[in-house]
Amino acid sequence: MTIPLDPNITPPGTGRFRDAGGLPADRWRAIRGEETLVATHCCFCGVQCGMYLRVHDGKVFGVEPRDHDINRMRLCPKGLNAYQQVNHPDRLTAPLYRQSRADDLRPVSWEQALDTTAEHIQRIQAEYGRDAFGMLGGASLFTEKTYLVGKFARVALRTRHVDYNGRLCMVSAAGANKLSFGIDRAANPFADCLLSDCLLIAGSNVGECFPVMTQYLWGARDRGAKLIVIDPRETSIARTADIHVALRPGTDAAFFNAVLHVVITEGLTDEAFIAEHTTGWDEVRTAAAECPPERAAEICCIPVEQVTQVARMFATAGKAMAWHARGIEHHTQGVENCLTVINLCVATGNLGKPGAGYGTITGQGNGQGGREHGQKSDMLPGGRNISDPVHRMQVADIWGIDVEDLPQAGTSMMEMVHQMRRGEIRGLFGMCNNPFVSLPNYTVVKEGYDALEFHAQCDFFLSETAANAHLVLPVTSWAEDDGVMANAEARVVRHRKAQEPLPGVRTDTWVLCELARRLGAGDKFAFADSEQVFEELRIASRGTVNDYYGITYARLDETGGIAWPCPTLDHPGTPRLFEGGKTYHADGRVHLQAVRWHPPADPYDDTYPMTLTTGRTVAHFLSGNQTRRLGGLVEQTPRPWVEVHPSHGFANGDAVTVVTRRGAATFPALVTEAIRPDTVFVPYHWPYPVAANELTIDALDPRSKIPEYKVCACRIEPADAVTAVPAPPMPPGREPYADTQRSRGEPLPPTSSQGRGTSEP
Amino acid sequence: MMGRTIVIDPGRCIGCQACVSACRECDSHRGKSMIHLDYLDQGASVASSPTVCMHCEDPVAPCAQVCPAEAILVTPDGVVHDADKSRCIGCGNCVSACPMGVPKIDLEAKLQFKCNLCYDRTSYGLAPMCATVCPTGSIFYGTLEELRTERPGVEVASTFDFDGSIISTGVAMVVPRGRPVDEPLPGGAGEHARVTGSPQPAGHLEPSADNVLGDPL
Repeated sequence: MTIPLDPNITPPGTGRFRDAGGLPADRWRAIRGEETLVATHCCFCGVQCGMYLRVHDGKVFGVEPRDHDINRMRLCPKGLNAYQQVNHPDRLTAPLYRQSRADDLRPVSWEQALDTTAEHIQRIQAEYGRDAFGMLGGASLFTEKTYLVGKFARVALRTRHVDYNGRLCMVSAAGANKLSFGIDRAANPFADCLLSDCLLIAGSNVGECFPVMTQYLWGARDRGAKLIVIDPRETSIARTADIHVALRPGTDAAFFNAVLHVVITEGLTDEAFIAEHTTGWDEVRTAAAECPPERAAEICCIPVEQVTQVARMFATAGKAMAWHARGIEHHTQGVENCLTVINLCVATGNLGKPGAGYGTITGQGNGQGGREHGQKSDMLPGGRNISDPVHRMQVADIWGIDVEDLPQAGTSMMEMVHQMRRGEIRGLFGMCNNPFVSLPNYTVVKEGYDALEFHAQCDFFLSETAANAHLVLPVTSWAEDDGVMANAEARVVRHRKAQEPLPGVRTDTWVLCELARRLGAGDKFAFADSEQVFEELRIASRGTVNDYYGITYARLDETGGIAWPCPTLDHPGTPRLFEGGKTYHADGRVHLQAVRWHPPADPYDDTYPMTLTTGRTVAHFLSGNQTRRLGGLVEQTPRPWVEVHPSHGFANGDAVTVVTRRGAATFPALVTEAIRPDTVFVPYHWPYPVAANELTIDALDPRSKIPEYKVCACRIEPADAVTAVPAPPMPPGREPYADTQRSRGEPLPPTSSQGRGTSEP
Repeated sequence: MMGRTIVIDPGRCIGCQACVSACRECDSHRGKSMIHLDYLDQGASVASSPTVCMHCEDPVAPCAQVCPAEAILVTPDGVVHDADKSRCIGCGNCVSACPMGVPKIDLEAKLQFKCNLCYDRTSYGLAPMCATVCPTGSIFYGTLEELRTERPGVEVASTFDFDGSIISTGVAMVVPRGRPVDEPLPGGAGEHARVTGSPQPAGHLEPSADNVLGDPL
């Protein structure tokens, strides 16, 4: 089947691409000499750049740029090094088990490992009830697997306690999108940036976290667009922005309310759009009126004229777009921060047009797809609500179970950790996450996991969390299985199996199906491969907002990606939402929500007067279990640091301890004027005892339950020596591959936040 | 400057080191990067710039001129090659002679390594690996006309002033808006290329669906 590439329905800038990879779509395996190029996508961030994996003799051994229209051959250092994971010497290749944490993990057979897991599940559930066994998934899994995590928890475990690490990433934006628009995804494709006259980037270090997306920002500027960046640090995109608002962390809602205030008082709103397409405008206007620029300037500690400048630049642009990421989402007011950005876009009529709109940039590769099909505690496949009787009935029918047997909504990831501490959750099955590095307030997280009677963890390298488990199951990396992911534009892209799994390694799908069989639900989990799961997922999402029914593997192979909703097999997908101002609420309107700023959860006082904010660096990804094992990336950025302003009197490389109410950790200082004097920054990819998350607060947004990673109160003190970076965990008797770890002992901070310069002697 | 060449724009560089990682993937020097990525403004900003071999045209290839083993070939297309491994004696003369600090000696192998504009790729019509993957277009490969189609009004320079000695190179650099076009760029140790204040001049084209990055396939 061929899908027409009509320039009216494909996003601008993509319509001329005949296929996904610069190769004829029906011949995506091109033989170059002795090697095969397998067209796939990167495993890391939400941009989902296309790439070829170079395969020789059945082994992935390299990478080659691929002219996919998302990235046009461009790749970041993570993507370029990603292939090295596949046949990495640190890979887990046998299940590991121990009776108690006092013992060493020992290799066992798969049969033994799965039987033991099933026994523990049945024992714990018989003794303490079904909900005493929990499950945690992840958003770096293919969408098929995220669907299986949710189905496995509800149908095989029959527990209400299932959640996933997107809870630490995407949920604030998701909550805001659902409230305002009735649909949870970015409204515009990346390519719309090129048509915009003004781009506002709030709380996103695009140059480091989504490097390949930078081409869209620079492409827009080449065509004369303005760039506004809201970030407490002068990042590589803020450095040359038309306006860089370096506000104090945790004050975003005040800033955006004040910007809206100026837009209203200067008569720059799009009254026709507001009248025709929104509800709740009066309340929003009242809330904005309470926040004049002077008040915001005081709260945000910024020059008052910046508020007016941003308001005028954004509201007077012909077509303006706003994109945000974790910087405004990781807050106890995360959902509300996103709502203030939506309010600004909608009030100025910037929605649902080429070059005008709104988007959130998902952090994980499948941050979008991973949150759609039921591994979230309150959701069922197709973005359905688990508390809605109609939705429950639909899903029970699809799964062939009694609706009475379908568990109710569970709790969020951090709340589950507290339940583990209290003994309410006694057993846990983890897949594709590393909470020992990624959850806030490490001490509490360790206590929670240590209290578990049985903890099984699936991964392909031994993560810090897996190293603490009773049972570790070695599963495939992304290049050893087929599947789909949805990128930050909600474009579903196809990942292809490039080589057979390493000996001893199984797919996550096989693991869940085998476990389900042992738990007596084998008939509901008779999946031989990812495509069979995808076929069920298509049906399970049919007719919902997150409609995948019209997407098939064959269509993805032909097109290089289709944005959902895609209800029928001849539907081209929906790259841009809200055209004509129509949302997915029943009344078709944007439901505007009034927001009032409140201070962050962790109060400032004389002991803790400064702000700690955390984030990523370009060479590493999330909890670092993958990237801390790749030599080139370790060499680029061997260790964490604390970024401090020169006014504190430290010299570059001085040992500085950051102290919060939850803990203290010592890092070398990277002294730079590119950060606010009242704020310090620590990247979070490293584990205890150099973990940013020993310091962060586990306060949650009341709606999205996202932790407030981006702001807590701290103080800084000089220290005697920096803390060494621990080696990545390995099973007993094995050492991490030495070649990759040579730079890890580096005591100095990197030259700049992006890494160490390479031409220094 | 050469007809089809690399043009570096430090104003667009985000310092991500994709070029460094990409260079390591080359089949002729796997695991070893020939690119230098400098953070120019340490302690003040995150500004950064990549340095590749500039392929000196006049005087032609100082590295090749001082090579006692005549190991460095300059091909008629202007590309200054890395030292031929069968001739190189690892003496390091080229390192001392290069005004840009580009060649490096691998002390274990006793051989010189430097950027050769990815001759394995460019001779087949592909762009060098660094320019192919650069997420921002800070390392551009193509002709000046192609560059100006993508980035309207952009100005470049390919001469450098080292204390009065003028060197013109095959590789060019984008220069800040308003800078006199004929003025050579400051060269020499300790003097960094000035970082452009903005990624590029404000565009002259009205945004439209046709003004997308790159040529149509």
